[in-house]
Amino acid sequence: MDFHPSIWPLAAVLISLLGALPIMLSARTPNLREGWTLIIAVGKFLIVASMLPSVLAGGGFVFTLAEVFPGVPIQLRVDPMGMFFALIASFLWIFTSLYSIGYMRALDEHGQTRYFASFAVAISATIGIAFAANLFTMYLFYEVLSLSTYPLVAHEQNAEARTSGRRYLSLILGTSIGLALPAMLVVYSLAGTLDFTTGGILAATGASPSTLALLLALFVFGFAKAGIMPFHAWLPAAMVAPTPVSSFLHGVAVVKAGVFSIIRVLVDIFGIDLLASLNLGAPLAYFVCITILAASLVALTQDNLKRRLAYSTVGQLSYMVLGVALLSASGVTGGVLHIAMHAFGKITLFFCAGAIYVASHKKYISQMDGLGRTMPITFGAFFLGAMSIIGLPPLGGFISKWYLVIGAVQADQLPILLVLLTSSLLNAAYFLPIVYRAFFAPPPPDAPVGIKEAPIFCLVPLVVTALCSLTLFFYPTIFLRLAQAAVLP
Amino acid sequence: MISGNFLAYAIAAPLVMAFVVNLVGRARPFLVAPLALLSLAVSSLCSLLLLARVLRDGTESYTMGGWQPPWGIELVVDPLSGLMLLLVAAIALIATWSAGASVRQEMEGREHVFFTLYLILVSGLLALTVTGDAFNLYVMLEITAITTYGLIAMGRERAALASFNYIIMGTIGACFYLLGVGYLYILTGSLNMADIGRILPELYGGAAVATAFAFMLVGMWVKMAFFPLHGWLPNAYTYAPSGTSVLIAPLMTKVSVYLMIRIMFTIFSPEYTFFQHAGVQHLIVWASALAIIIASSLALAQTEFKKMLTYIIVAEVGYMVGGVWLANEPGMTGAVLHIVNDALMTLCLFLVASAVVFRQGSCRFEDFRGLYRTMPLTMAAFTVGAFSMIGVPPTAGFFSKWYLILGGIEAGQWAYVAALVFSSLVNAVLFFRIIEIAFFNSEDGHGHGHHGTLARHEAPGALVQPLVLTAVALIVVGLASGALVDAVILPALQWLQ
Repeated sequence: MDFHPSIWPLAAVLISLLGALPIMLSARTPNLREGWTLIIAVGKFLIVASMLPSVLAGGGFVFTLAEVFPGVPIQLRVDPMGMFFALIASFLWIFTSLYSIGYMRALDEHGQTRYFASFAVAISATIGIAFAANLFTMYLFYEVLSLSTYPLVAHEQNAEARTSGRRYLSLILGTSIGLALPAMLVVYSLAGTLDFTTGGILAATGASPSTLALLLALFVFGFAKAGIMPFHAWLPAAMVAPTPVSSFLHGVAVVKAGVFSIIRVLVDIFGIDLLASLNLGAPLAYFVCITILAASLVALTQDNLKRRLAYSTVGQLSYMVLGVALLSASGVTGGVLHIAMHAFGKITLFFCAGAIYVASHKKYISQMDGLGRTMPITFGAFFLGAMSIIGLPPLGGFISKWYLVIGAVQADQLPILLVLLTSSLLNAAYFLPIVYRAFFAPPPPDAPVGIKEAPIFCLVPLVVTALCSLTLFFYPTIFLRLAQAAVLP
Repeated sequence: MISGNFLAYAIAAPLVMAFVVNLVGRARPFLVAPLALLSLAVSSLCSLLLLARVLRDGTESYTMGGWQPPWGIELVVDPLSGLMLLLVAAIALIATWSAGASVRQEMEGREHVFFTLYLILVSGLLALTVTGDAFNLYVMLEITAITTYGLIAMGRERAALASFNYIIMGTIGACFYLLGVGYLYILTGSLNMADIGRILPELYGGAAVATAFAFMLVGMWVKMAFFPLHGWLPNAYTYAPSGTSVLIAPLMTKVSVYLMIRIMFTIFSPEYTFFQHAGVQHLIVWASALAIIIASSLALAQTEFKKMLTYIIVAEVGYMVGGVWLANEPGMTGAVLHIVNDALMTLCLFLVASAVVFRQGSCRFEDFRGLYRTMPLTMAAFTVGAFSMIGVPPTAGFFSKWYLILGGIEAGQWAYVAALVFSSLVNAVLFFRIIEIAFFNSEDGHGHGHHGTLARHEAPGALVQPLVLTAVALIVVGLASGALVDAVILPALQWLQ
């Protein structure tokens, strides 16, 4: 794969970082401010999408900002794996922006300028992670993402937000500084480089298996945004944020940045072959199975809808790590593909949870009896999103689960096959009762009659993402090709 | 001819101006700060040109009064001392920019006295960085110390007592150093550093040389507040006037670390320092690790911003001493880079402290409540400085910490590596505690509805401009640290070996 020097990767990152400035400056004219947000969002997506054809054709782009350490530049590079993540994030950001406008205005939230500005910085960092050409650049944007999302998590500025903000930062920043940073430095002192290279950079160093196993553990736990237990507790805590934040950042950008970072390290720092020769794949796979099952079980017990979705996310994230840890072609494809499928499904579910809150101020599942009759569109979309996460056809989630199942069979790991099936059943057990309640349980006597949906700005995005989930079942080609190219040499 | 005397101008400009402001300031107090700024601008410019020339043409030596070394006093500008000269001049320039406003508020009518001492101090610090004479170094050390005692004692509350403590400890430190110089003079008959460095290798192994080495090091450690010799620092820096602490906090400890490097590598040699007495090197790295951990933990116990910063300074001294004593290139690079970065971030945070004190009267943690809304620029700069202390890229602090940790890994000093990581985590806690207080407006945390009540009330421009400049510099220096290491620090290290 040859990479052409180009300014576009930088532009893709910078547009929203610089865009935070006009957003802050137009604090007094909300319509102009939101206009900027939408322009930046669409612009960002177009820049990312414009690079897609050449990436699909086997090319790529590279931009070097400055060499900060010998052999370690701040460098952006567009390859299939990065394109995969950037495409999803920038596409969904457009709808999240629309949804944010509807949600924040309907609830008359305070601090909206800070909100939109922080959001713009966060999406910049996300694209930076996607396009990072080496571990250092990725770490840089990873930290920017952690810090820029703090004001969003603590947005409510009440006691609960304070506690959650603390938990959020201490887990995410604590692990990245305490575990991932030393691991990165050890890799640098072993290999003399941090470039993401197909096949990895550690194989040639001759480091001992125990060192490599330790490094692997440091990285897997160090990128705690991936929510692997026992460092997952920040994600349910972060649900105190406004729902658009939960939908996009804690359903898509932040959590997938964690998974993406782990996958990058597994594939491009260690290398699949090295992991296979050291037999490190299977222990990792079995370890994340604990998270998959435990998170699903905890999700069953949550009455707060957003917290149930959060625990569901914790479980689903480990699917992606599991797929790569299987170290088989289908497994890796399935793991990477699940990033996309889960993103569209989960963002739909969160959008629905927010729409329910905006329209009826209900947060708890036990209050939602019969609500589907007043909000049919929202709950229809919720049903589609839930089906995709469970992995039922005809929704996108089926495709990635299919690859994961094949991967488990190829890797000859039947217990993992069993975990995947059990987890799907658990997913159904915590999602379908919500849909059942909404449509078939009798509404409480004081419930309003007639249709009362959320504002149009909230409704359109969730319908679009739900339909995307559906479409991805029939046309997964783009994502599938990118996912497959991500692991091929 | 002018270009030949850059060094003399750089040191003399603040020294001469010290007397000018004393005379002019009695009648025209408003002229004091601009004049001080002018002299330091001259110093900075000369230092910059000088460093550029030294990097291009190599080391320069300047003989005071034409007396040839080893008898006369020699000033030496090599890449390392050139860098330090520029650092001192530039930090002093930025600090003075803000000191003018805070001094006018805190000690109206005494500006000329303050700035007289202040400029003599800067001039002493500049001379310290370039002197090539071991005894002259002692003299400059005393000049900086005596002026500092006065500048601290002009502060509030317990400043006089803190200053007295500092006098005792500072004098002990200087005496230790002087004793060491005495030993070396008896042994070699010379006071010129390079000359001593040439004669001394024949005498390596003797107990007298070892004693001299130990005395000089311990003297410097007292001066730089290396744990457990740090007792004087926290109170002295906390109770000093804002105008004093923005100058001495970034510079004094860092210059002492630089002097330690001079003693270790110019008067003595790497062979002597690291190999003559087996085990000493490990012991000192362990002591630095301990210094970092204990000072960081002590910082956790503070409830006043400036006091907390002083303990962080003590921890940072541990970073640099440890880095130097790792005895490898990344460690040394990290230590020198950290001298620059730590000076900048300490300056940034002390400037924040003086802006907050200016508006709120003090800077206990609760004084920060709601400041993101009322003093947004100050808090933006605070956030950058805090991130740099924590070590978040792309701020400068990350890059030097990177080299230091890398050096620790390569030397196999895992205790030191663990201490650095621990200290980063503690710093994260320390600063996010304040960020949280500043972000949440009220104690009981009813965020909604409070936003209308707090109006913007930023510190005056003279305090905010240097602050914002420093914050920007932290990011620029961070991004340019690759270039900085290649262009300045690596040549400086080559010259040492």
